[in-house]
Amino acid sequence: MTTVAPDILSTEELVVTRGDAVAWLRLNRPKALNALSPSLMTALTDAALALDADPEVRVMVVIGSERAFAAGADIKEMAEATPVDMLTRDTIALWDRLRRVRKPLVAAVSGFCLGGGCELAMACDLLVAADNAVFGQPEINLGVIPGAGGTQRLTRAVGKALAMDMILTGRQINAREALAHGLVSRVWPIEVFEDEVAELARAIAAKAPMALRMATESVDKAFETSLAEGLDAERQRFYGLFATEDQKEGMKAFVEKRPARFVGR
Amino acid sequence: MSEAAILPAPTAPYTTLAVSVDEAVACITLCRPDKMNAFDDAMKADLLAALKAVERDPAVRAVVLTGAGRAFCSGQDLQMDPDKANDLPVGRMLREKYHPIFEKLRSMPKPVIAAVQGVAAGMGVSLALACDMRVMASETYMTVAFIRIGLIPDCGATWTLTRLIGPGRAFELAATGDRLSAEKALAWGAVNEVVPSGQVLEAAMQRARVLAAGPTRALGLLKKALDNAIEADFPTQLLFESHMQQTAARTADFAEGVRAFGEKRPPQFTGA
Repeated sequence: MTTVAPDILSTEELVVTRGDAVAWLRLNRPKALNALSPSLMTALTDAALALDADPEVRVMVVIGSERAFAAGADIKEMAEATPVDMLTRDTIALWDRLRRVRKPLVAAVSGFCLGGGCELAMACDLLVAADNAVFGQPEINLGVIPGAGGTQRLTRAVGKALAMDMILTGRQINAREALAHGLVSRVWPIEVFEDEVAELARAIAAKAPMALRMATESVDKAFETSLAEGLDAERQRFYGLFATEDQKEGMKAFVEKRPARFVGR
Repeated sequence: MSEAAILPAPTAPYTTLAVSVDEAVACITLCRPDKMNAFDDAMKADLLAALKAVERDPAVRAVVLTGAGRAFCSGQDLQMDPDKANDLPVGRMLREKYHPIFEKLRSMPKPVIAAVQGVAAGMGVSLALACDMRVMASETYMTVAFIRIGLIPDCGATWTLTRLIGPGRAFELAATGDRLSAEKALAWGAVNEVVPSGQVLEAAMQRARVLAAGPTRALGLLKKALDNAIEADFPTQLLFESHMQQTAARTADFAEGVRAFGEKRPPQFTGA
């Protein structure tokens, strides 16, 4: 993994590093198993939006510690809250800012990925896991339900049966089950996890940035439109990409049997 | 001196185990000799806590598991009212109390050797089989006795037996509950070494000392790779090996191994 000194975007709870066009956003509240406090979510979304605007960065990786990606929210802060308190704080609104990030966001999950942590991972474009990862939406045990997209994104990812099972019982699933049910795309041994994530991120970072953006937008459309509209949206983006230098370079390099060098235009 | 006086006594904070660490080897002794080291709730909690402690302790680089007295371990303590036997929540007890112990034995990245100095019965067999290697006393035996009370092997014994000795022999032992002698256990591959009674602990400790002087992290990776091999297909295992090997290649012990090889001297591994 190539990293440099912690970035100016870092806070006490979030360590940001960059290298090779990849930015790493490392959740860093070890004592709280990276519970997603409002300040951590603010730092994370601030950093993600700033990096999204930085042309040097092509891919972002959200990662936790070996022990925990993120084990939910700060329960103590919420325990005595009224609906008015919750609505006034509206910390979940912070999450909407993540949806404005256009560059690929990779959630790299090792250890506990529960509640808000699982919702954060699912809010990313790509979800990969270490073999020690554990996923769950245990909110039901606290007398509530997932509130930051869990009921929606988990259902879209794994289907109704497993989503209901996990959300109604609080049952947790391991990395292997998560892979089998399509919640994550790849699982690596924890020993080599960060290396493999770095390689994956570098591989994506080497692709044409405009194509990456059109691709993530098109895939996301699949969840929000009819098939006909989605196919239209896809086709428009496909044709549109022929206006980019990177399309010319990509196809030329293919014909010349050499690696393409994409410039992001 | 009576025989009881020379038996190891439980060491705090445990009430059912004696744990000692010597030359980077932790020895965990089950200490309920009057109950043939049968597991009660305290021993389940103690053993899980002890395994976690030796896993965390960087001074420990190998583990020996043995029993005090005549038995290695006679399994679950069966004292109960027969009229209530059918109400026993066995499944839940296994999942909640026993499985964490057995999963810890497999996931611990340090070698664990069972010193089977006396009889292993029922879950006691499961316990010995869940370790990485076994040294057994020539005069003793194992019995997968579950079927004799109308149960089937648990705590992974159906899994470990099948893999260690094959399905045909596993069925024979589990379906009859017959005694498996040390001699046959060795011939079948259920144990690694048989020595005269009284020398088991020392033989196991000797093996553990050799392993404890080895490249500990590589041994942990080896353990994980072998466990993975049991279930993986060949291409998957090749990939898995490459991941474990990449990790091993980053250890200080690998650098020392290469250096010692070049200098034609024995390596001095530190476990780092």
